[in-house]
Amino acid sequence: MTEPLLRIRDLKTYFVTEHGSGTARAVDGVSFDLYPGETLGLVGESGCGKTVTSLSVLRLIPEPPGHIRPGSFIEFAGRNLLTLAPRELRAIRGNQIAMIFQEPMTSLNPVFTVGDQIAEAAIVHQRLSRRAARARAIEMLKLVGIPDPAQRVDHYPHQMSGGMRQRVMIAMALVCHPKVLIADEPTTALDVTIQAQILELLERLQAELGMAVMLITHDLGVVAGTADRVVVMYAGQVVEQAPTPELFARPLHPYTDGLLASVPRLDAPPVRARGRLHGIPGQVPAASEWPGGCRFHPRCPYAWDRCRDEEPPLLDASTGEPGTHTVRCWLLTEPQRRTARPLP
Amino acid sequence: MTSSATALVEVQGLVKHFPFERGYFGLGRPRAVVRAVDDISFAIMPGQTLGLVGESGCGKSTVARSILRLIEPDAGRVAIDGVNVVTLGGRELRALRRRMQIVFQDPYGSLNPRLTVRQTLAEPLAIHHLATGSDAERRIAALLEEVGLDPGFAKSYAHELSGGQRQRVGIARALSVEPQFLVLDEPVSALDVSVQAQVLNLLADLQQRRRLTYLFIAHDLAVVKHVADHVAVMYLGKIVERAPAAALYAAPRHPYTTSLLSAVPVPDPNAQRPRIVLTGDVPSPAHPPAGCPFHPRCPHPKKDARCRTEPPALREVAPGQVAACHYAEEPL
Repeated sequence: MTEPLLRIRDLKTYFVTEHGSGTARAVDGVSFDLYPGETLGLVGESGCGKTVTSLSVLRLIPEPPGHIRPGSFIEFAGRNLLTLAPRELRAIRGNQIAMIFQEPMTSLNPVFTVGDQIAEAAIVHQRLSRRAARARAIEMLKLVGIPDPAQRVDHYPHQMSGGMRQRVMIAMALVCHPKVLIADEPTTALDVTIQAQILELLERLQAELGMAVMLITHDLGVVAGTADRVVVMYAGQVVEQAPTPELFARPLHPYTDGLLASVPRLDAPPVRARGRLHGIPGQVPAASEWPGGCRFHPRCPYAWDRCRDEEPPLLDASTGEPGTHTVRCWLLTEPQRRTARPLP
Repeated sequence: MTSSATALVEVQGLVKHFPFERGYFGLGRPRAVVRAVDDISFAIMPGQTLGLVGESGCGKSTVARSILRLIEPDAGRVAIDGVNVVTLGGRELRALRRRMQIVFQDPYGSLNPRLTVRQTLAEPLAIHHLATGSDAERRIAALLEEVGLDPGFAKSYAHELSGGQRQRVGIARALSVEPQFLVLDEPVSALDVSVQAQVLNLLADLQQRRRLTYLFIAHDLAVVKHVADHVAVMYLGKIVERAPAAALYAAPRHPYTTSLLSAVPVPDPNAQRPRIVLTGDVPSPAHPPAGCPFHPRCPHPKKDARCRTEPPALREVAPGQVAACHYAEEPL
């Protein structure tokens, strides 16, 4: 197997809570790898820690209130990103590892033209002249499929639609041809027809530029269509990770299973059985008070004593190569307890 | 929609245009109008759900608000159980509002942060003279229970609740006056998937128990498939297709419906579906294209000069299924 490009080990990113009384363990011991050229889907609901994980990779966590705990480790190209000097980090951020954000409306600077914003990274990282950087910006706009790039380069963000702005964000992120692109909910704010355009664009650019993509999303449909592997997060931890076909065919963590059962499906048989969705009872607990034992046990239909008392480690459930499918669940040790799930 | 005589909700020729681009300081005559809702008609039978779908800016929320007269429609007729909402005066309108309520998308913005849940629910009871004092207390507790909240939440303020809990309060508020008809404007799109499933189940239970009629507005076609009996698809202020849900999902006739359906990501990595990726953005409703409003983005191979010049009428192309496309007989 090839060497991973990005290796995250035991990442812990904590926040001091508003009243200074507690600690929110937003990301609490996350480990996974990102391989060259692959698309990794990072999936979970609000508050599971997926965005904080991605921000930690680029060290964009505001300190205070946040801090990355000692012992955490993020290796990129043989170096621990968490111990780099700010200067060295800046040489990587936006250059070799780039990021696009969810909100194309608020992530662009309203007082600069899109051309200036795309050119900035090329000027800073590649020391291009203004003129060369502008030419590069036009080239990038063309690459991301914006019509009339030579005119559009002088436009301001407010003159563009949401889909266009997201294309501009992608152009900004890719201007230095990064090895890793972190895309945090890149299509969540967009309509489905525009989402389809952006996903297709990302897929094409990935093939053309050969970069690895970490796609953060809550949408299992988006993951199924784009990711090679999936990491499912719950309550600050990885609860399951597997190759995409394997995860959808054989979801082993009750949370993954519940998420899949929660989604109304377009490809499901007949309409309007007045059927109920399986769903997951209860709600995600607050990050300052994760439950003891397995963090999912209060919402889990199978939980027994052991789940309440003892936190499960990531257990290997791979059918193929060891370590390719891991699950944080005691059911793996006692599979007979997995019975038909009662309707909530 | 077979016999419109027995429909609970009947909308006919609804129009709402917003003037804009006035001169400086909003003075002077408007130079343009946004045709947010442009001649919309549909009917909903008692106890049924009509799903109204479309992308941002297609006018679906304006339809919702016009029906309840939260904004004044420019033309058209909206009948609830035979009573025309559009021509009612203040007092009669208020009386009728007891029978039609709305649940908004944003559970954060639609609850007053300065009121407790109890106060939020007591307000409609007082306004409509339904209950006060201990009687109101009892009804509030029962309402909370009905939407799956512990009656102890009555003392909470909105900021103490999660998104799902707030949405349940929003639903309880709508139910407090015992309406027959609920407009649900993107009721689950701000919620996480596991919570979304809970709220969808709740809405299904309530509909059955109270025999409610729903207008369910959403952009998520998979959610609509799960809840709707009939579906209407909007594009640029117009309904482009309307059909029983089964027919619409199995055999869409309008190329826009087909494209929308194909764009929805399906949580199955082995799904073999033809994917149509539409080019371009939705045009501005202030300057809709001539002819068929969908023609600039339409992937239909038969697209021709007629599509560019002649607006297609909404016509029946299969039993109960209407579509506004010149080539609806040869769907994509």
